[in-house]
Amino acid sequence: MPGIKDRVAVVGMGCTRFGELWDKSDQDLMVESCHEALADAGIDLKEIQAAWLGIQGAETGCSGCRLARALKTDYIPITRVENYCATGIEAFRGGAYAVAAGIYDIVLACGAEKLKDTGATGLTQMGGEPQFGSWVWAPVVAPARFALAATRYFHVYGLTPEEGKRMLAMIAVKNHHNGSLNPRAHFQREITIEQAMNAPMIAWPLGLYDCCGVSDGSAAAIITRPDIARRIKDDYIVVKALGISAGAGTQGVMADDYDFIHIDEIVKSGRMAYEEAGITNPRKEVDIAEIHDCFTITEVLISEDLGFTPRGKYKEDIEAGTFNLGGEVAVNADGGLKCFGHPIGASGLRMLFESYLQLRGQAGPRQLKNPRIGVAQNYGGQPGGGISGMAIVGARD
Amino acid sequence: MAGITSYGAYVPLWRLSRDAIMKGLRGEKAIRYFDEDSTTMAVAAALDCLKGQDRDAIDGLFYATTTAPYKEKQIATTIAAAADLRQDIITADFSNSLRAGTAALRAALDAVKAGSAKQVLVVASDCRMGAPGTDFEQNGGDGAAAVLVGDSAIAVNVEAWHAISRELHDIWRSEGDTYIRAWEDRFIYTTGYRDTVAEAVTSLLQKTNLTPGDCAKIILAPPNPKIMGDLSKKLGIDPKIQVQDTLFDVMGNTGTAFPLMLLVATLEEAKAGDRLLLTSYGNGADVFMLTVTDQIDKIRDRAGIKGNLERKRIVDDYRTYLQWRELLVFEAQPTPPGGHISATALWRDRSQIFPLHGLKCKSCNSVHFPPQRVCPKCRSKDQFDEVRLSDKKGKIFTFTADYICSRQEAPRVTAVIDFEGGGRMVTIMTDRVLDEIAVEMPVEMSFRKLITQDGFHNYFWKSMPLRSQSYTKGGDK
Repeated sequence: MPGIKDRVAVVGMGCTRFGELWDKSDQDLMVESCHEALADAGIDLKEIQAAWLGIQGAETGCSGCRLARALKTDYIPITRVENYCATGIEAFRGGAYAVAAGIYDIVLACGAEKLKDTGATGLTQMGGEPQFGSWVWAPVVAPARFALAATRYFHVYGLTPEEGKRMLAMIAVKNHHNGSLNPRAHFQREITIEQAMNAPMIAWPLGLYDCCGVSDGSAAAIITRPDIARRIKDDYIVVKALGISAGAGTQGVMADDYDFIHIDEIVKSGRMAYEEAGITNPRKEVDIAEIHDCFTITEVLISEDLGFTPRGKYKEDIEAGTFNLGGEVAVNADGGLKCFGHPIGASGLRMLFESYLQLRGQAGPRQLKNPRIGVAQNYGGQPGGGISGMAIVGARD
Repeated sequence: MAGITSYGAYVPLWRLSRDAIMKGLRGEKAIRYFDEDSTTMAVAAALDCLKGQDRDAIDGLFYATTTAPYKEKQIATTIAAAADLRQDIITADFSNSLRAGTAALRAALDAVKAGSAKQVLVVASDCRMGAPGTDFEQNGGDGAAAVLVGDSAIAVNVEAWHAISRELHDIWRSEGDTYIRAWEDRFIYTTGYRDTVAEAVTSLLQKTNLTPGDCAKIILAPPNPKIMGDLSKKLGIDPKIQVQDTLFDVMGNTGTAFPLMLLVATLEEAKAGDRLLLTSYGNGADVFMLTVTDQIDKIRDRAGIKGNLERKRIVDDYRTYLQWRELLVFEAQPTPPGGHISATALWRDRSQIFPLHGLKCKSCNSVHFPPQRVCPKCRSKDQFDEVRLSDKKGKIFTFTADYICSRQEAPRVTAVIDFEGGGRMVTIMTDRVLDEIAVEMPVEMSFRKLITQDGFHNYFWKSMPLRSQSYTKGGDK
C-alpha cells in the first residue's frame, strides 16, 4: 500500500471571505473560490477534468450539479460528498485519490456552505432523522454535545468552573487575535479574557465566545501530480497524508466506559495520518495546525488527541503560549472556526488554505518562520460516533 | 373475593402558591410541570403502585381521566406499555365524568370477582383547568392515583357499594372548551354535590346496617372546601374528626383522581380493622364501604400521597404557571426542532421507548442503550437479553445546561447518566433545580412528554434528581 505521501500536489487555492454574506448564494461563493483558485494556478477551467463538491446542506440538491451549474463546467464528472464537518476534507480526499490513482491529471475540490438562509442563529437539523425511534433520546444540539465534554474535563482534572472557563477563554482570545490579522475572517476583532468569561451562556459551561461563527463561505483547491505541478508553479505544496475515521459509537455515549475527554475517531484519524506522513513526534514536527475549534473545549480535546500536548496538560501549554503564532505548534493561526467562521462544507479546505499560504510564505502578518508541515483536521457529529478527517501537507522539497 | 392489594399515587413536584393567583389567597395547589400531562402522571402513579408487585401477573389496566390528550386513541395502552405490562391484557379508558375513577375501580372489582382477570390495575389522573379568576382555578390541582385490584393478599376489602345515576347539568366541558364550565354555584353545590352524595351514603348505610359512627374515616372529595361543612352536617358527622383531610391547602381537587388519591392518603394512616367510607361524585355518586386488613402494613413502602407531598418546589410566579399550562405561548423558535414524529419508527422501537428496555450482551454482559444489533463492547451480533432501565437508578456522569435550544425550559439540562448495573444514556433532565446539579448526582427516570406535532404526542423517559430515596426499600420483582 503506497499511500498518498508526496503523490499529489496543490497548485492553486481560493477562499472567499467568510461571514454573514446576505447578498451571496452558495453558487456565488463557489464561483468566487474556484475562480480564485484557477487564477492562482494560472490555468483555465477547461483543464479541470473532474471535480468534487463538499456541501452539507440538503437544500442544495444533493448532487454535483450545484457546482457544475455555478461554474458552467463542460459536462465533466462532478461528485458531491458530505461527511458532517469533515465534508471539505472529504472533497479534497476524493480529488487527491483520483489523481494519485492516475485517473485524472488535474482536478478541482470545492467546499461551500450557505448557512445564513435558514432564519436560525445556529445550525438547523441537517438530516431530518425521525424524532421518534432511536433518535428521540438524544436531542442534543452541537453546543451541548461538546459542553458535556467540558463539564467532564473540569471534573476529571480538578478545575473549578472559574479555572476551566479561564482556560477556555484563553483559546478564544488566541483565536480572536489570529482572526484580527486575517482579512478573510468572519470576526476580525480582538477580545479579552474577561469578555470571554463573562459572555452570555450558551450551553454551560460554554459561553458565547466558546462557540465558533456560523458563517457562509467557500474554499477550493486545484490538485494535480507533482510532475505536472512543477510545470505550473514553483511553490506548490504536496500532500503528506490523509486520514478519516468514522466513529462507531463504541467509544461514545453508548459506552459506559467512555471518558468524554477524548474522541477516539480523532485519535484514530491522527494515527492514520501521522503514520502515512512518517510523523512520530507531532509536537515537534507539525508547525501549523488548523484544528476543529467548533467550541473551545473541542480545541482542547483535539490538541491532546493529536499529541500536541500530553493528556490533562492543555492548560499548562495554553498558558505557556505553546499554541500561539510563533509557539511550538501554531494552532488555528488563521483564527480557526472560532473567528474565520464555519461554513461546514468549506471548512476543511479553508484550513488547507492557511497551510497553503503559510508553507509558501504568503500569510502576511500571521506568517510563521519557515514552516514545513501543516495539519488540517475537522471533526463532526457526536463524540465517539462522529467523523474526524485529517490532512497533512508539506512544502515542496 | 376481590379487593385492593396495592396502592400508589403521584403529585407533581411543583406547587403554585395561591398567593400568586391572587394576593392573600391561602395555601398551594399541585401543578404539573410543562412536560407532564395526565398520561405521564398516570404512569408515575401506576409505577408507585407496582412497587414490589410482579408486573407479569397483571391481567388488565383500567384508566380514568377527563383530560386525555386524545379524543380517539386509548391511553390505558400507553400506561400499560410504559409500566412494562404484558400485552395479552384487558385495557379500557373511563372518561367524561369525575366519577370515572371509581367507575374504573368498580369495573376492576367486577372483573376480578367474575374471574375474567386475577389482577387489574386501576389508574386515575387529571389536570384540572379552571379559567383564570374562578374558584376552579384556585381549587383545582393535578395528580394521579393507582390501586391494584386482586383476589389474594387483599389489603382493603370492599364490603358493599351503592351508586346513583343523576342527570344534572352542573359542570361540563364541550368540544373546544379549554376551561371547566359550570352552572350557578348555589345549585351545583347543594342540589348537585351535597344532596346526591348524602343520598348515596344514606342508602349504603341502610344497605349495610351501619351508622357513620362505625367508620374510622369518611372520604369526601368535594369540588370546593367551603361545602364540606354543609355535607357533614347533613350526614351527621364531625368534619374535623371523621372526615379525611381533603388536602385543599396543599394539593387541590385533582378531578377524577381525587377520590382515589384521598383513599391512598387514608390508607397510609389506616390500621387493620378500620372501616372506611369512600365517596365519589360526578353526574351521580359512587360510594363504597371498605375494611382494612392486616396486609396493609406490607404495602407501605411507596411514595403515596405523603411521600409525594413531602417533596415540593414552590412556584410563586403566575406567568410560569400560565406558560406551563400553555395558556401563555411563546412564539415558535426560529430554530426548527428538526426531524419529525414517525409512527412506524415508534412502533419499531416501542420496547426501547415505552418501558425503556436496553440490551444486555450474552457474551460480555455489558448493558447498552439504545438497542443495537451489534454489541458496542464486544461486537457479537444479536446475542442479547432485554433489560428494563426505567426503574433503575443512576448517577450523572456529565451534564450541560443549554440556554438556546428551548425557550420553554431555558436552560434545558442534558445529563449523561450511568445506570446501576451498567448502561449509559443521554437524557434530558426534568424537575431539576439548576444550582443543585452536579457530576455524580443520583438520579432516577420519569416518563414525560417531549413534544407534540400535529396532535401527535411524543413521550419518552427523562432523568430527574432521585426522589424516592427515603421510601424505597425493596425493588421491583
